[in-house]
Amino acid sequence: MEKYSPPLDAVFHALSDPTRRAVVQRLTKGEATVSDLHAPHDMGLPSFMKHLGVLEAAGLVTSEKAGRVRTCALNPETMTAAERWFEEQRTFWQGRYEQLDDLLASLQGKTDET
Amino acid sequence: MKPDLSLKFAADLTTGTLRVNRTFAAPRTLVWDCHTKSELLDQWFAPKPMTTRTAHMDFRVGGRWHHAMIGEDGSEYWGIVEYREIDPIDRYATTDYFSDAEGSRNDALPSSDWEVTFSEAGDATTVRSVIQYASPEALEQVIAMGMEPGMTTTFEKLDELLLKLSA
Repeated sequence: MEKYSPPLDAVFHALSDPTRRAVVQRLTKGEATVSDLHAPHDMGLPSFMKHLGVLEAAGLVTSEKAGRVRTCALNPETMTAAERWFEEQRTFWQGRYEQLDDLLASLQGKTDET
Repeated sequence: MKPDLSLKFAADLTTGTLRVNRTFAAPRTLVWDCHTKSELLDQWFAPKPMTTRTAHMDFRVGGRWHHAMIGEDGSEYWGIVEYREIDPIDRYATTDYFSDAEGSRNDALPSSDWEVTFSEAGDATTVRSVIQYASPEALEQVIAMGMEPGMTTTFEKLDELLLKLSA
């Protein structure tokens, strides 16, 4: 079966809500049950389940039910897709600062050894 | 001891924050000058193969650096850095936004608030930047267009990625 990552805008929409961001931040520390995730939030379980639904639809979170307990985890593939953009940014900064290294060296009268 | 000159780059998707730390083998005054004088900024701000060109620089609180990053194909990406706070040679805070060649702000695109601090690390200087977008939605919009006018290859890669993701 072919797997598609959801579009980044779905990922960022999912992350635009503070409750959902808190859930994602909690799950970066490891998987958790729905009741554990729900506990810190001052809202009814049905509303909370809607938030989890948005996170699942965006492909950020996966969940599995064992008996009566549903356990949620982050989907590392989606996070990787969303973070790829940041990797581009990192490369951009790397190139920018390497030029600054060269400029600083020439301003200090050091010859460029590379 | 040789300073660690490697780039530390962290991104928080959930808050829309980028953090960039880097140490340079130079005294703080010189690193500060490279960040605050346009004739020096023009020599490093846009990574190769792009170049930087200053239209206007007024480094004081309330002043602006109006500049373009110019791609290999000649495309110009204009932006403005507005200086909100300046505390030489420790830190400055800015608001960055996109503009046109005449210096009119492009309100359709999100701005970001930057805080850049300079500290001594032995003979070297550490520069820490915290770049904050107004919201994750603002960052979403920026991502859709490529935040920095990246190198052409960066854009192409991003286009490919977005195309693949929305297939």
